[in-house]
Amino acid sequence: MPTKKKSPPITEAWRGITFTRRALVVGGAQAAVGVALAARMAYISVIDNDRYVLESESNRVNLTLVPPRRGWIVDRSGKALANNRVSLRIDIIPDRLHNKELVLGQLQTLLRLDGDTMERINRDLKAASGFQPVAIKEDMTEAEYSSILVRLPELPGIAPQRGFARNYPTGAAVGHLIGYVGAPNAEEYQKAKDPLYITPGYKIGKDGLEKYFQDMLKGQPGARRVEVTARGKVVRDLSTQPDVQGKTVHLTIDADLQEFVARRMGRESGAAVVIDCQNGDILSFVSMPSFDPNSFSDGISSSEYAWLRGDDHQPLINKATRGLYPPGSTLKPMAAIAAVEHGVDPSERHTCVGGYRLGSRFFRCLGTHGSLDMPSAIMKSCNSYFYWLAHRLGYDAMAPTARLLGLGEEYQLAGSNQRFGTIPDSAWKMKKYDQEWSASDSLNAVIGQGYVLANPLQLAVMAARIASGRRLYPRLINREFKNEPLPFSPEALAVARHGMDLVVNGAGTAVRSRLPLDGITMAGKTGTAQVRGLGTGNGKSGTWKFRDHGLFVGFAPVVNPRYATAVVIEHGMGGSRAAAPVAKDFMTFLFDREKAMEALETFEAGWGGTIKERMDRDYAAWKAGASKPDPELAQ
Amino acid sequence: MIPVPPAIQRIPWKLIAILAGITGFGLLVLYSAAGGNWSPWALNQGVRFLVFLSVALVIGRFPIRIFEDFAYIAYIGILILLIAVELLGFVGGGSQRWLNLGFMNLQPSELMKVAIVIALARFYAQLPPGNTRTFTALWPAMVMIGLPAALVMLQPDLGTALAICIGGVVVMFVAGLPFWWFGSTAVAGLAALPVLFSFLHDYQQKRVLIFLDPESDPLGAGYHISQSKIAIGSGGIGGKGFLNGSQSHLDYLPEGHTDFIFATMAEEWGLIGGLALLFGFFLLLRWSTRVALKARTRFGQLTAAGLTMTIFFYIAINLMMVMGLAPVVGIPLPLFSYGGSSMLTIMTCVGIMLAIENDSKTGTRRFH
Repeated sequence: MPTKKKSPPITEAWRGITFTRRALVVGGAQAAVGVALAARMAYISVIDNDRYVLESESNRVNLTLVPPRRGWIVDRSGKALANNRVSLRIDIIPDRLHNKELVLGQLQTLLRLDGDTMERINRDLKAASGFQPVAIKEDMTEAEYSSILVRLPELPGIAPQRGFARNYPTGAAVGHLIGYVGAPNAEEYQKAKDPLYITPGYKIGKDGLEKYFQDMLKGQPGARRVEVTARGKVVRDLSTQPDVQGKTVHLTIDADLQEFVARRMGRESGAAVVIDCQNGDILSFVSMPSFDPNSFSDGISSSEYAWLRGDDHQPLINKATRGLYPPGSTLKPMAAIAAVEHGVDPSERHTCVGGYRLGSRFFRCLGTHGSLDMPSAIMKSCNSYFYWLAHRLGYDAMAPTARLLGLGEEYQLAGSNQRFGTIPDSAWKMKKYDQEWSASDSLNAVIGQGYVLANPLQLAVMAARIASGRRLYPRLINREFKNEPLPFSPEALAVARHGMDLVVNGAGTAVRSRLPLDGITMAGKTGTAQVRGLGTGNGKSGTWKFRDHGLFVGFAPVVNPRYATAVVIEHGMGGSRAAAPVAKDFMTFLFDREKAMEALETFEAGWGGTIKERMDRDYAAWKAGASKPDPELAQ
Repeated sequence: MIPVPPAIQRIPWKLIAILAGITGFGLLVLYSAAGGNWSPWALNQGVRFLVFLSVALVIGRFPIRIFEDFAYIAYIGILILLIAVELLGFVGGGSQRWLNLGFMNLQPSELMKVAIVIALARFYAQLPPGNTRTFTALWPAMVMIGLPAALVMLQPDLGTALAICIGGVVVMFVAGLPFWWFGSTAVAGLAALPVLFSFLHDYQQKRVLIFLDPESDPLGAGYHISQSKIAIGSGGIGGKGFLNGSQSHLDYLPEGHTDFIFATMAEEWGLIGGLALLFGFFLLLRWSTRVALKARTRFGQLTAAGLTMTIFFYIAINLMMVMGLAPVVGIPLPLFSYGGSSMLTIMTCVGIMLAIENDSKTGTRRFH
């Protein structure tokens, strides 16, 4: 390819000169590249030095937060209601996971992870970044844990950890009282912006007291700085800052009583509250059936949750404060106090003829009691007598007394979510329904039906206030309340107490629930709340859901009362039949534990074991035949 | 003054000092990379260096004619080996780069880097000067470069293919081919870059893309470059100190004893170590460039210039790669990286250039 230009003839000499020139061009270019490389290196190592030193350190040093041990929740004598146990867990550090399929495959085989778990892990891995660990498995057995430990060199990215998990020694007995903990969700993390929230193994209070006292219980996280290789092997510890355990929360609860009451509730659905008559301490706060907070804290399985949701005994609802019931005849001592305060002579007699005529309507009594004074009317739970009082005084005279005794009130109570019910009066009815209060409204209200609704905690407070004569304020922690005396005359209170004494120890409705103790007696009042409207069905048999609720309020001992209680057994078909015997047993427990335990063990043998044994069996049965209809409903 | 015997005078002490200096520094780095152990790398590398240095000194004693006479035969022989490797790879059902000779794995592509330079030097030495600007000067060279480059690309080994091309093209350039041929080829090459890019394997394309934006995938394929830059950058001016490099000792730096050994060194010795090493390479290349300029024959000139480029290409591409200026191609740092193949190639180059240097000392120069 000759050039158009006339070039000089090419000679060997020309070639030599060209070679030298071009060799120098190549050499010069090489030198230029060399200088450029030197400059580049200087740039990286001098100008960008700070940045790369930082990156090298962040490679080398791995800072892991150590989730703090949660504070304990203890009862009045220091016995643990919620504590911590050692939990073995393994996590994946996504940054260190080089061969994901291989490692996950190995883990799946070693730990027998099911498909759901693998899916969750894959999902979490996608969402996670960097050194944010992803939980593989918690609460491993020692055998599983060591099977991972020995294979650690082949499993880069796996981080075994010896941590703590929340433990509730009495399980379901404290479910509704304590609540439970759980891993923070994305929303909670967004709100708190705390890196601890995305540290595996860290749990926050999700419900009940665990949630209410979260700030107190959470403690301070520890930190561990370690030098690690690219494969995540820890070379050495650089420094460790220990965690600070959360503070202990002291409750007024009596753990033994709490457990006893929960167990004594048996297979029933209901609630029971025991209050100390000296200071308003809540000694037991039970709603059954319950859930096992251990299951929730470990991350409840969806099928277990479905089982709890599907149960018609509603184990997920705290009936002690969220359950509203017509209090029935349990309000009669209150009505008696109101009547005496309004000038009715308690010895004035009224004759029960099996009911009370109000205009054209005849309000029925459950019996024909004949001539009764006030205490015996309470003893016999005579509706006619109280219809007569209510008609005479009107319910507007009684409602303030009910409120003074704690009904219709929402308490400042740690961690509880309350539905506080209704104590109706004419102003309330006008406001709510725009209707005048009628005499028949008074008659219904005085026997705890109609518009009246209360929760078991309120009933227990009422019993405690009648027993003590003071305005006791219920409390779960050591808060100071004035607990000033109630503005009632001693006679009024004495009549109510005497009536309640007769209910159990006279010829009343709960004589079968007399305490089996020498020198200690219990006073009380039964109640039966109709689930269906008055007069439709008898509520004493038939489908469980339509049976009457059984209620009981009481206190013991009759002289110098120490403990007050309220028990509600849903669909228990009557207070004397379902509720009073339960109260009798746990009241016995407070004075003679051995005797009470004997009785309980006999009962539990009949029910098929302890709460945990029964729950485990029920759950297994439910899983086996999830689609089968509920046998209770099929009756 | 003690008289020095001529036999000892004839030994190129200065060159040996340069080579030993670079390699010795490399041995220290290998010692550190093994966590303060002579095994498994440093001791091997040291022994290998001594063996190959002797080989180079022996080659340096050969008369230069031998290389000229055997240039084409060697080229053709190695080309056949390349084809054989390709066929073996095809039969074996995968990519293969080496032939197992029993005592060592022979990579024909490494030998081709040297053979292409010698063969082209022979071609241009024989070409009548008047033909320098004609097509006759171009096409045989294109074929001679194109065949082995294509075979190596098939392996696939982008780095070595590039090294073969660069070595050949530099010989063509210093042989005096018209300047504008190179200029227009370069422009055309740039224009065709996207097309060429599409011919690359997926993983090669990925490497190029990641080179262009290493932060896009700092944990995947960009990991090498990121970690290498961290190692170099965190070394600072004076380095972290001998045996104190966390990037290499904690395995963050991949290939810390082979392709990325410069990063291992820079982490512990800092900018000072880096500049010292660059200076060592500068001395080596200055020596070889001087050999080219002083060569007595045209074959010697062209060969020395081409081999200088071959050595330089190793150094430049490797350093650009570890500093994030080039994609990750598997090219080791001459004399410094652990490995026999590259050291064999470099020492062969050095040996041939020694022969050229000796030749220029013995006779009169044919041209200036």
